[in-house]
Amino acid sequence: MSENTSLNLQRDKGNSLGLGGIVKKILFDNMVTILFVVLCIFGIYFSGQSLAFITGELITRIARNAFLVLSLIIPVLAGMGLNFGIVIGAMAGQIAIIAVTHWKITGIAGFLLCILISTPLAILFGYFTGRLLNKTKGQEMIASMILGFFANGLYQLLFLFFIGTIIPMKNPTLVLSGGIGIKNTIDLSGGIKYAVDGLYRMPLSLALLIISLILIVINIYKYLETKKIKRKDNEKYLFSVGASILLLILSIALMVFRTSFMFIKVPFVTILVIVAICIFNVFIVKTKLGQDFRTVGQDMHVANVSGINVDKIRVTAIIISTVLAAWGQLIFLQNIGTLNTYGSHEQVGMFAIAALLIGGASVTKATNSQAIIGIILFHTLFIVSPLAGKNLLGSAQIGEYFRVFVAYGVIGVSLGLHAFKQQIEAKNKFKSQ
Amino acid sequence: MPKKLQETINRIGIPRLIITAFFIFLCILAVLLGLPIGSLISDTLVRTGMNGVLVLAMVPGILCGIGLNFGLPLGIVCGLIGGLISIEMNLTGLKAFSVAVLISVPISAVVGYFYGMLLNKVKGSEMMVSTYVGFSAVSLMCIGWLVMPFNSPEIKWPIGKGLRTTITLTSRYAKVLDNLFSFSIGGIVFPTGLLAFFLICCFIMWRFLRSRAGIAMKAVGDNPVFASASGINVNKSRIIGTMLSTILGAVGIIAYAQSFGFYQLYQAPMMMGFAAVAAVLIGGASAKNAKISHVILGTFLFQGLLTVALPVANKIVTEGNLAEVLRIIVSNGIILYALTKVGGGGE
Amino acid sequence: MKNGANILQMKNIEKEYFGNKVLKGINLSVRAGEIHALLGENGAGKSTLMNILFGMPVIHSTGGYKGEFLIEGRKVDIKSPKDAMNEGIGMVHQEFMLVPGFTVTENIKLNREILKHNLLSRVFGENLKSLDYENMNKDARKALNTIGINIEEWATIAGMPVGYMQFVEIAREIDKSNVKLLVFDEPTAVLTESEAKTLLSAMKKLADSGIAIIFITHRLDEVMSVADSITILRDGEVVATRDKKDTNVMELAELMVGRKIERIAKSDGKRNLSKGNIMTIKNLKVQMPGEEVKGVNLEIKEGEILGIGGLAGQGKIGIANGIMGLYNSDGEVIFRGKKLKLNSPEESLNNGIAFVSEDRRGVGLLLDTSIEENITITAMQIKKKFIKNYFLFTQLSKSEMRQHSLKMIKELDIRCRGPQQVTRRLSGGNQQKVCIARALTMEPEILFVSEPTRGIDIGAKKLVLDLLLKLNREKGMTIIMTSSELGELRAICDRIAIVSEGRIEGILKPEDSDAEFGLMMAGHYSKLRNREGLEDA
Repeated sequence: MSENTSLNLQRDKGNSLGLGGIVKKILFDNMVTILFVVLCIFGIYFSGQSLAFITGELITRIARNAFLVLSLIIPVLAGMGLNFGIVIGAMAGQIAIIAVTHWKITGIAGFLLCILISTPLAILFGYFTGRLLNKTKGQEMIASMILGFFANGLYQLLFLFFIGTIIPMKNPTLVLSGGIGIKNTIDLSGGIKYAVDGLYRMPLSLALLIISLILIVINIYKYLETKKIKRKDNEKYLFSVGASILLLILSIALMVFRTSFMFIKVPFVTILVIVAICIFNVFIVKTKLGQDFRTVGQDMHVANVSGINVDKIRVTAIIISTVLAAWGQLIFLQNIGTLNTYGSHEQVGMFAIAALLIGGASVTKATNSQAIIGIILFHTLFIVSPLAGKNLLGSAQIGEYFRVFVAYGVIGVSLGLHAFKQQIEAKNKFKSQ
Repeated sequence: MPKKLQETINRIGIPRLIITAFFIFLCILAVLLGLPIGSLISDTLVRTGMNGVLVLAMVPGILCGIGLNFGLPLGIVCGLIGGLISIEMNLTGLKAFSVAVLISVPISAVVGYFYGMLLNKVKGSEMMVSTYVGFSAVSLMCIGWLVMPFNSPEIKWPIGKGLRTTITLTSRYAKVLDNLFSFSIGGIVFPTGLLAFFLICCFIMWRFLRSRAGIAMKAVGDNPVFASASGINVNKSRIIGTMLSTILGAVGIIAYAQSFGFYQLYQAPMMMGFAAVAAVLIGGASAKNAKISHVILGTFLFQGLLTVALPVANKIVTEGNLAEVLRIIVSNGIILYALTKVGGGGE
Repeated sequence: MKNGANILQMKNIEKEYFGNKVLKGINLSVRAGEIHALLGENGAGKSTLMNILFGMPVIHSTGGYKGEFLIEGRKVDIKSPKDAMNEGIGMVHQEFMLVPGFTVTENIKLNREILKHNLLSRVFGENLKSLDYENMNKDARKALNTIGINIEEWATIAGMPVGYMQFVEIAREIDKSNVKLLVFDEPTAVLTESEAKTLLSAMKKLADSGIAIIFITHRLDEVMSVADSITILRDGEVVATRDKKDTNVMELAELMVGRKIERIAKSDGKRNLSKGNIMTIKNLKVQMPGEEVKGVNLEIKEGEILGIGGLAGQGKIGIANGIMGLYNSDGEVIFRGKKLKLNSPEESLNNGIAFVSEDRRGVGLLLDTSIEENITITAMQIKKKFIKNYFLFTQLSKSEMRQHSLKMIKELDIRCRGPQQVTRRLSGGNQQKVCIARALTMEPEILFVSEPTRGIDIGAKKLVLDLLLKLNREKGMTIIMTSSELGELRAICDRIAIVSEGRIEGILKPEDSDAEFGLMMAGHYSKLRNREGLEDA
C-alpha cells in the first residue's frame, strides 16, 4: 500500500523538469505554431513582397476574420470541440444582409439593423444546432459539419427557389432575371460596405502605440494582482510587459522614420469590436455561466451529478457561438463589400477553425491569443503562398493549392492528434486505477 | 396493431420512409408530367451501376468498426492514378479498363494499409479524422496533379503545367462496361456489363464476409472486446476492412468514370465520399451495420431519386438546379440522422 | 458511548425490484456524533438502502419503497438527491466526483459557487454574475481545516495523490452548510495505510463536531477502531446491531457470511483429485481496472471444481481475465508443465483454456448475431473448424455450423426459436448457456467461468450450476468458477480460494465455518492468524 505514495511522489518529481526540459516542453507543446512561423518566414522571403504590403494586407484580414475565429472559443470551453456549425451563424448574417440590402438601408444604420435581424435568427439556429449536438454527444464535430452542409441545402432552397415564389420579392438588383431566386453576387458598395471599417481609420503607428500602452497597463495590473495572492506563474506577465514595451518602441520608430508603413490605416472601430469580444471571452470564464461551461467541458458526468443541467449549458454555448458567428460574418462582409450569396459562408467554418488550430489551440483548449496568433499566421500564409509558389516552383497554383492543403491538413492532424491523445489517456487511466 | 406499426416505422427510420415516399411521389409526378419513362429508368440503371461500387466500399468500413468511411476520396485518388496510367500506356477498350483496375488495386491497398493504421490510432473519432484525411488527400493531390510526370496529350494541358481538370475517355474506354452485352426492351436500355460488374463486386464482398477473415472482421466491428477475447487481432481486422474499403473506392471511381466518360481531377473527388455514405444509409445501413442488400437498394433509391428529380424539377422551376439542392438536403439529412443514432445521445 | 439525539431513523424499510424483494424490513437509527458502521457482503442491500436515503431516481422509477424514514424525528419523503441535500445528507462517493482540471476550491464549490454582481449581471441576470474567488477560497480553507488536512486550496486536482482527492470530496460535503449526516462508501479502499489513518481520524473529528456518520466498509479492523455501533445486513435483512464494545472481529465476520448452504454436489467422498496439478499460477499480477490482481499464487488440481470468491473489487474477477489475456498481466502461469505466454488470448485459447466472461453482454456475446455464429466463432477463428478451404480462400461451412449448434442447443437445453435467432432477445439464463456452449465448442481442458449466475433468475441459476457439475463429473473437465455468491461456490466446488486485496487470502473447504469465510473475505484471516502465532510464541 505504501508503495503507492512513493510512486506518486516519484511521478511528481518527474514533472518538475530542468530548464532544458521546460524549453523542450514549450517547443513540443507549440510545435504546430512554430512550424507555421517558420513556414511564414520562408513564404515571406520567397514571395519577395515588401513587409509594408504584407502588413497592410494582414491588418485588413485580421479585422475581417478575427471575430469569426473568436466565436469558436466558447464551444471549445464547453467541451464540444470545434464548432463547424458557425457556418449556420454565417447564414443568419447573410439572410439579414440580403433583407437590409433589399430595404436599401445603408451605412452604419443598415449594419446595426443587420445585427438586429440576424441575432434572433442566430439564436434560433443555435438552439436547434445545440439540440442536435446533444443527440450526437461524442460526435459533435462531424455532426456540426454535416449539419452545416445540410443547412446550406436549406439556405439554397430558400434563396434559389422560395424567393419570388413563396416569398414575394421584386427587386431587379437582387433577384435573378427570371424573377425567382437571388443573384449569385450582391454588391454591397453603397450599402453596408465599410459600414464599420469606414467609421474611423487610424494610422498603424498610432494604433500600435495605443495597443502597446493598454497592454503594458493590463499586464502590470495582472502582475501585481497575482503577486498579491502569491501565485508563482506570474513571470509571464513581466515578459508580456517587456514585449509590449518593444511594441511601443516600434510604434514610435514607425512615426519617426517615415516609411511606407505610414500609409497603412487601421479600421479602428472594427478592432475595438474585436477587443470587446476578446474581453467578453475572458469575462465569461469568470462568471457562473463560464464556470458551468468549464465544468461541463471537463467532465459531463460530474457536472450532471453536481446538479448542472448539462444539455442546457451545451445549448447555451452553441447559441452564443452561433450569434457571434452571425455578427462575425457581418463584419467579414462589410469589409469584403460583395456578398457571394451561395458561397461566402461555405468555407467560413473551415478557415476559422484552421486559423485557430494554427495558433496552437486544440479540440479541448482555445484562447483569445491563440486565435489572434493563428489568424496572423494563417493569413500571412494566404497572402504570400501564391507568389512564393510562383517564385519557388514556377506556379502560383501550387501555392494556392498548398494553402488549401494546409487548411485541411492542419485540421486533420490536429483532430488526429487529439483522438490519439485521448486513446493514450484512456489507457493510462486504466493503468493508474 | 398500432404498436407493431410504430415498431416497423422505428426499424425503418422516419427519414428513410420520407425519402422512399418522396421517390414514389416523384415517379408519379414524372408520369403525370409525361416525361419519357423509358429513358428515366435506363438512366437510373446506369447511375446505379456507376455509383454502386463506390457505395459498396462503405460496407467493409462499417463492418470492421471504423464507421462511415468519409475518407473514401483516398481510394478515389488511387483509382484516378491507375486510370491515368492506363491512358499513359496508350491502351483502349476493356483491356485499358482492366489495366486501370489492376494498377490501382495494389496502390490503394498500400494506401489503405497506412490509412488503416492511422485509424487504429484514433479509435472513437474515426469519422471526423477520416473526413479530413480525405479532404487533405484531395488537396495534396491537387498539387500532385500539377507536378506529376504524365506525357500523354490527353492528360496534360496543351500549354502550361499540370494535368487537365477533366480527361475525356471517349477514345479510350468510355462506356465499355455499359455497352457490354447491353440490350433494350421497350425503350429501356439495360447496361448489362456495368450492372454485372457491380453485382460481381457485391458477390465477391458477400463471399468475403462469409470467410474466416470476414467473419472475424464483422466480430471486430460489432464488439471489439468480444473479438479480442476470441483471439482475433482487432487492429489487423480493422486494417483489412479499411484496405478493402479503399480498394473498392479505387475500383469504384474507374467504373464510375468509364460510364461518366471523364476522369475529374483536382477538387472533384472531395465530396464523393458523402454521396456514397448517404446512399448506403438510405438503403438501411447504420454507422455500425451494413449489408450488401443495403448497398443495392440504397444506390438504386438514391440515384433513382436524383435521376427522376432533375427533369421533374426542371419542369416545375426552370431556373436553378433544384435537383442539386435536393441532393444536398437528402444526403446530408440522412447522414445526420445516422449520426444521432451512433451515440444514442441519452447518456 | 455517545448519547446524541437520533439524526436518522429508518423504520421497517422494504424495497422490491420487479417482484424481487431486496430489502425486507430494515431498521436503522443513527445518532448525532455517532459513527455507525454498515457491514454486509455484496448484494446484502447496502447500496439499495443508501439509494433510498438519497432518493436516487432508480428507486422511484421502480415503484418506490415501503416504510418510514425520519430525519431528526420528522417524517420526511426524499424524492431526489436534491431533497437529500436539502435535508443535510451528504455522501462521499467511492468514485470521485471531481473535475481534474479545477482547483481544490473550485471542486469544493462545484455548482455552489459564491457569486457577486458585476456590470453585465445586473442586466442579464444571475448566470453572468462573477465568481467570488476570495470568499470561495476562504470557505474551502475552512472546510479543509475542519478535517485537518493541509492541501493548498488553489492547487489543481490533476496529479494529486488519490488520498488527497478523497479529502477534497469530504471537504466538499462538510462545506455544505447544513450537513448533519455523512455517508462514507468504502472510503479507504483506494487509500494507502497512512492516508487511511488520517481519514479515520478526520472522521472521528467530524463525529465529535456533532455530525452523524454512516461508514460502509468491509475492513473489520477499521470498524473496530472508529465505529461506535455496527449494523450488519445480509440478504436484505438486518441480522444484528451491536455496540462496538460488545463485539469482536470474529463475531462480525460470522454474522456477515452465515447462511444456510445447500450443497448440490453429493459429498460422495470417493472423488479422486490426486492426478496432480493441471495449472500452477505464480505471482500473477493483472491490471484490470477495479479488479486488480496484485500477486496471486494458486495451484489448480486436475479434475476439480475450484471456486474463487471474495468481495467485489478485491481482484477475484481479474484472475481469469488475466490468464485469458484480456487485461495486461504479468507473472508465471504453468499449464500442463509448460509456461503459458501471457497477454495473448489466442495463446490461451490454443492451449485448450476456455473462458466464460462475467460480462456476458459486453464480452461474452455478439448481441446482434445469431446463436449459431456466437457458438462457433471462437472455434472457427482458433481451431479453423466449421470452415471449408478453397486454395487461398476460406468459406464458412453453414451445414457443419448448423449441425453443431443444433447439438449444443439440445445438449444445454437452450430455449430459443432456432439457431438463427439473435442472442440479444434471449433470456439471461439462455444467453449464459450460449456463452458456455461457445466455450465448450473449443473442447477445453480447463474452463474458467466467471459469475455464471449473475443476472439470471433463480430457476436458471440451478440449471447452470447443474450443467457445470455435469461437465466436471461426466467429462472430467477442470473448472474454475469465480463468483461473488459464496453460497453457490459452496454448493458445487471442491475447494474455494478467497481473494482479498488482490491476493489469495486462503483456501477453504466448502464445509468450513462461516466465521472463517467471513474473516477471509474481510482480509483478516492472515492478520489474525499471524497475531495468534505471535501470541503463541
